[in-house]
This record gives sequence, C-alpha cells and structure tokens, in this order.
Amino acid sequence: MPDPANLSWPKETKYISKSTHRVDAAQKLTGKARYSSDIQAEGWLYGMILRSKWPAAKITNINLEKALQIPGIKAAILIKGNERTVRYYGDEIAAVAGTTKIACLDALKAIEVTAEPLPYVVHEDEAKKPDAPKVWDDAPNLSKPKVTEKGEVDKAFSECATVVEGFYTTQVQLHHPMETHGNTVSWTDEGLTAYASTQGITSVKDGFAGSLQLEQSKVRVITEYMGGGFGAKFGSGVEGKAAAELSKAAKAPVRLMLTRFDQGLAVGNRPSSFQKIKLGASADGTLLAYQLDAYGTAGIGGGGSSEGGGGGANFPAPYIYQIPNTRVSQATVAINAGSARAFRAPGNPPASFGMESIMDDLAVKMGMDPLELRVKNDPNPVRQKEYEVGGKRVGWKEKYKKPGSSPGVIKTGIGCASGSWGGGGSKKTQGEAQINPDGSVEIRMGVQDLGTGTRTVLAVVAAEVFGLKPEQITVKVGDTNYPPGPGSGGSTTCASISPTALDTCTNALNELQKQTGVADARGENWFAACKKLGVTPLVVQGKFQDGLSSRGAGGVQFAEVEVDTETGRVTVKKMTCIHDCGLIMNTLTLESQIYGGTIMGMGYALYEERVMDKLSGALLNPNFETYKLTGLSDMPEFDIVLINMPERGVIGIGEPSVIPSASAIANAVANALGVRINSLPITPAKVLAALGKIPAPVS
Amino acid sequence: MNESEPAKIGPFSRRTFLKSLGTTAVATAAVQAQTMAAELEKVNAEKTIGPGTVPVTLKVNGEMLKLQLEPRVTLLDALRNYSSLTGSKEGCDRGTCGACTVMINDVPVYSCMKLAIEAQGQAITTVEGLAKNGKLTKVQQAFLNRDALMCGYCTPGFVMSVTALLRKNPHPTADDVRHACSGNLCRCGTYPRIMEAAFEASGVAKVAINKTEVIPYA
Ligand code: FES
Ligand code: FES
Repeated sequence: MPDPANLSWPKETKYISKSTHRVDAAQKLTGKARYSSDIQAEGWLYGMILRSKWPAAKITNINLEKALQIPGIKAAILIKGNERTVRYYGDEIAAVAGTTKIACLDALKAIEVTAEPLPYVVHEDEAKKPDAPKVWDDAPNLSKPKVTEKGEVDKAFSECATVVEGFYTTQVQLHHPMETHGNTVSWTDEGLTAYASTQGITSVKDGFAGSLQLEQSKVRVITEYMGGGFGAKFGSGVEGKAAAELSKAAKAPVRLMLTRFDQGLAVGNRPSSFQKIKLGASADGTLLAYQLDAYGTAGIGGGGSSEGGGGGANFPAPYIYQIPNTRVSQATVAINAGSARAFRAPGNPPASFGMESIMDDLAVKMGMDPLELRVKNDPNPVRQKEYEVGGKRVGWKEKYKKPGSSPGVIKTGIGCASGSWGGGGSKKTQGEAQINPDGSVEIRMGVQDLGTGTRTVLAVVAAEVFGLKPEQITVKVGDTNYPPGPGSGGSTTCASISPTALDTCTNALNELQKQTGVADARGENWFAACKKLGVTPLVVQGKFQDGLSSRGAGGVQFAEVEVDTETGRVTVKKMTCIHDCGLIMNTLTLESQIYGGTIMGMGYALYEERVMDKLSGALLNPNFETYKLTGLSDMPEFDIVLINMPERGVIGIGEPSVIPSASAIANAVANALGVRINSLPITPAKVLAALGKIPAPVS
Repeated sequence: MNESEPAKIGPFSRRTFLKSLGTTAVATAAVQAQTMAAELEKVNAEKTIGPGTVPVTLKVNGEMLKLQLEPRVTLLDALRNYSSLTGSKEGCDRGTCGACTVMINDVPVYSCMKLAIEAQGQAITTVEGLAKNGKLTKVQQAFLNRDALMCGYCTPGFVMSVTALLRKNPHPTADDVRHACSGNLCRCGTYPRIMEAAFEASGVAKVAINKTEVIPYA
C-alpha cells in the first residue's frame, strides 16, 4: 500500500502511461455533453453585443431607446458608459438581451450611436512613426525598448568566423476556438451563477466578484464542457460582465456567446513580431554572439511608456541555444486593434521562428549541416536525444540536400526546429474523493477539461490507486463548488491534477481500509470493503504533493515539404514530432495533444494571419472564409515519438507541441527553394515573390 | 456540400410560376405587362409569410417538433434555441465551419444555412438521433476508439459528415473522406484521427497512415 507521507508513482501500472479512451467521449459524440453555449436556463434570454465600427472615435451619445422597443427585447445596457473613446474596430459599446436571437440582431441595428471619428493607425510600421496618430492620448505608440546585455557582444562578433544577419517577421494569429467566448449568467439577489466557456473557473469567479463587487461566496462558476480556449479564455471578460448586468436588468438568465465575427475582433490574439537578428559563430559552429532588435504589436494592449511595452509582444531571446554574448532589445508598438492575450506557448512560436530561421541561414552560410549546428549548441540533454532519434527516423543524413538543389518544378525540402516550455504544477491544487457504500467513486476537482483529457487523467489515476477501471470512476470537474483546481494554461493542468489525484485517492484508500478493517480494499476486494461503510459515504480530501511532477518539456520536430514553384503552394508531406513530457499519464490523449499542437503550428506557418485594412481601420478577416485554418485535406503523414521519463514525474505537453512546427516548415521551405521566406505565413504570393516571379506582396 | 432542392412553399414555387409566364407571355409582353405584374403580386401576396411567426413542423430524429417561428429563423437556431436539441453546434453561423452539420434525408447540410421553414417535410437527423438505446453507432464508436475528438465542439459536425459519407459510400478512399470533411473545421487538430475513425467505421482493415511510438529515455 502506498505510503501517504512519501508518495511516488507506481512502477508497475495498469493505466498510467497506457492508453485509456476519453471517459467523456460518448457524451460529446452523442450531443449530450452540455457546453456553456448549450445551457438553456429557465426563462433564458439571448444576449448580443454592439461593437464599434470605428477604429477610433469619440462617442458622444448612445441611444438605446429604439432597441428597447423591439418586440422581445428585455434589456439593453451601455458597456463602458455613454461618453467615451473607442480605440479599435470591435470595441464593445452596448449589449442587449431578448427572447430570440433575431430580436437581438434587430435591436443592435436600432441602437443609435453618435460619434466623432478620430485618426487611427493599424499597421506596426506606421504606428512607430513620430507623427502617427496616437492610440492612447497620454502615451507613445512605441514603447521604450527593454534592453538586456550579456558578455561582450561587439568583441565577440569581431571574433566570429561567420556572421549572418536577417529580418524575420511573424503575423498576428487569432485563437478561434470552435466555441466562442461567452457565458450563460443568472444574477439574482441570491448571487450569481455563470456557465462559462473558460479555461479557469476560479479566475472567472474572481473576475465576476471583482468587476461586479460581489462577495466571492455569492459567485459560482460552472464549466461542464467547453469548446477550446488556447489561452484566450481566463477572465470573466467584458462579455461576461455584460451578460451579468443584462441578467440583472431583465431579471432572467442571459446567454451571451460571442459571434464568430466578435471572436476575431476582440478577445485576444498572438502578437506580431519583427525581428532583426545577427548571429555569429566560430569556425566549428559554436555560437558566440547574438543580437536582436525586435518590436511587435499587442494591439491596444501594448506600447506606452514602460520598457518593453508589455502586452505580451516580447518573447524569450535568444531562444534555446547557448550563446555567451547577447544583446537583446525588444519594444512593443500599440495599434488600433484588439488586444493580445496569452496564446498557446505565448512568445515561443515567434521566438522559435526567428531563432531557428537564422540558425539555418548560419548553417547554410557556413556550409554546415543545420542539424549538427543544433546538436552543437543546444545545451539540453533531452533534446540531444530527440535530435538523435528524430534524425534517424526521418533519414536526415540522406534527405538533407544543399538548399535549392531539388530538381523540377515541385521542389522538396526538409527542416528541423525545437521548442522548450516550462510548465510545472500548481501547489494550490486540491481534490476530493467520495467513496460510496455501493462501491461507486466520485473524484471532484475545481479544474476544467478543455478537451485535453483532464477528466480522463483523473479517472486513470483513481483507477490505478483503487484497482478499478477508469470507466468505474465518476469524475466531476468544472464547478467552483469543488475543491480549487488550477487554471488550464501554461501546460500546468496535468502536472497539477495528477499529483493531487494520487494524494487524494491514496488518502481515500487508506481511510477506507482503516474504517472497514479490510487490509487491502483494492481491486476485487473493493465492493465488499465499500459495503462495510454502511450507509454513509466516505469523503476524503487531498492536495498537491511535491516530487510527483516537474517542469521543462521539450520537443524537436522535422518537416518535409513540397513547394510548387509555379503556383507557390507549399504542401507539408510529413511531420516527425519527437517530444518529452516526463511521466506519460495517458498516451492516447497525449498523442492527440501533439497532433493538435503541430496542426495549429501548420496554420501559423502557412495560412493564418489577421489582416487589418489601412484604409478603414477594420479587421478584414474575422471569419473562417477569409481567416484560413488548417483543414483535414492539409494533413501530412505524422510520425510521433514520445520519450517516457517516469523519473521526472508529470509535465504538461499542450504548449511544447505547437512551438517548433512553423519554424521546421519554414526551414524546409527554405531548403527546398534555396531562398528563405522570412515572413509568416508562407503564402503562395510570398513564395512566388521570393522566386522573383511576382513583385513582393504589400503587407 | 450538396443540398436537396428547397421544398416548395404553397401550391407552386415562384420559379415555376415565372417559368410558365415566360413561355406564354413573351409575344404580347407590352400588353400583358400590367396583368403580369398584377398576377405576380397576387401570387406573392398569397405566399407572403412573416414577418410575424408562423407554425413550423420539423421532423427531427423521427419525432415531430412543432414550433412557432419567424420565417427567417435558421434550422440551427430552431434546433439550438427553440428546442432542446443543442447537439448541433454553432461555430460560425455562416456556412464556413461545419459544426452545425445535420443530415436532411441522409445528405449532410449546414443547418445554419437553411431556414427552418425550408426544412419542413424532410427527415432531419441531428447528432442526438444517431445512437439508439444508448448504443453508439459504428462511426461514433470509431471516433471514441481513435480519440478523434478533443474539446468536442466540432465533433457532432464531423460525425454527421462521416456518417453521411458512409451511408452513400460504405468503402471510401482517403480522398473521399477528405472531400466529405472539407466543409468541417476543427481547431483542436483531430483531423488525422478523424481520418482513421472514418476508415475504422467503414471496416477498412489497415488504417495506419501515421505512426506513434513511446520510447524510453535511457
Ligand atoms: S455554424 Fe454552420 S457552418 Fe459554422
Ligand atoms: S475537437 Fe475541438 S474543435 Fe475539434
């Protein structure tokens, strides 16, 4: 029997590190799973938001009268007051609640807004200019740079055998979870209950209590099922507060989910980056010096007077590799566009794109194998193993050819890139197990399942400890009435909940055995032991324990591509993904995470980009017909290798899998063509321009 | 995505009326223009429905759903917001994501792009109508086995698209699956496993396009 004072993961396992089917799959496959957008509370109303059609304007009056006269409309509210400045196309102005969606649509049209348009700027390079319209009245668009320096950079560059310079840019990427942001909120004198589409029920509870000045004990947040977040769904949000106020005004529950259009405008994105990099190495390929000058935009959320500018547009630099002499300068520029938010591995994909691109450019200039250059300069022992395993699996030695040497119209290329992510578990996580006299088991934790398989991991741990099957465990998550769990971000969920579940279930088993006098209640003895509880269920708590999880996961990915030099189209033929995340909890759902991250990275590489219109200040492509996501027919062949390292404990995988994909694809394209496309996404137009077949596209 | 011809509303559709006018009235167009306009107005007046609500009966999963709807309400809106059938999801409400896919007479249709009144008199199947007595269909079971779902928000749409494909074409090729799912998006990235699930459900033995492997560090 496990010793509660000195917990460790079992060596021999039935479920941990094996493949268990998602315990909630049937619910999702039959339409029974209730997402936050599916909630039909008694007497519920539909809610919608009116947004600014001006990129910048002084609002002088908002008249809700006519909207309130539309049949079915029960409430209309101002979002940030009557007189105010809106600073981007999509800024929230007012909200309505009514008995039907069509009534709400009519009401939004009936709201009269008087405004004086203001000058605006939606493009990074224009916003940087001293005479550009100011996004914020009292702060510059371009922040002071944040500068860090290590070693003797100039001296080191002068001693390098090879120095390369490059300019690499990445786009603004939109999260676009399939379920948009939103809530069903009921706010009465008794308190507030929100069914939220969120990654953090606890932070949403905190958000509602704070923004509405409610006692936290009066707020309950529930997320039975939610349709993806990718970093953008942590707060109660403007839309949550609006739903609450509408609910109070209309005296009815309000379901306010954003439209897809809203989703593109207002609830987060990955900041852009413009990276001027200089990298130098000695004759044997040892990196000696690195210099970065970068800026990017976080929309209205960055820029200003602070160093670096905040808003999430800065990124780790230099990325991954060991370089003794570095000078890094990063700034943020504000533009009239929606604010950035955390997006799966914030900062890392742009960091990886710049670094991995210039690594390949350096290798090419030196006539060195880019994989060897990585092996030489990557200090991480696990990634060393991943280079070795991956290199063999893809047949790197045979496949890597001199850039541009592939014959014919359709050229092939191969590329490699790596990623690294911290993660780690939250020490504040708590859990609860209820063992019922009939032998049924409930595990309760105030965490939420984003689709990563959180419920399934909890069932796996409980089944392992109790000697039961995962499907015999009822997992209850997504309710702030349960013991507090972590927010699901930063790849910390699995590393938080698994140790907590082990502790909770071990305590419960010990208590069961103590109370019933059964020496070993596990497995076949389970039901007989539970019966001895009489009529009273056993409820036992547990908490996070150190030593069962850790941080620091990595991965190396290899991309093989075909580039059609006549159409400019890039086809990813194969992705080889070698990843580690410590002790694997559930192989099946872990593999799904790697697929998911890599596929999202493919979109970042080739398709996705928020396009702002300089002439109108509007976002041109908030919808899927113009904002292109990777589809099923874009799928390459995959080879996924997971390195199991039980000795390290549990580490999350959500973020590491998305980091290197775009960089690996970009390197493969450069290898195919012999010229680098230095800007994501790699569109056919950019490919043809790089080949000199058409003029460079204007951004 | 194919759609069947929209159902006729009333005794004859506007198009057939205009067609019949076209063949007989051309020669004396000038003389008859006025009569024609009057006639057209009359026919249109007869068929004008809305803007208020009208009774709409939908046959969903074999059961009759009697609703009172404005004519401009979409089938998706009717299912999700006027009845308790929230299995079909709204991802975009403009025909670009496929989360709302249902089957109408076995043909996959974006329910957000069809008015509820147009869907009357046809057999509508939503994701709730597939599993009988709690037993998953082959397609659903294959999705479960292959972990072809993550957050699950796109899943009902994919399940409908794959189900419709296999009803029409029990032994699809990879290209058939790609084509059938070309109108569905998944942000979580379940595509490789949806492909595998489609093959498993169709009984095609070898489905491993992709390799996955766990190796030790040491
Ligand atoms: S909701 Fe119908 S296609 Fe997106
Ligand atoms: S499973 Fe989340 S969108 Fe497809």
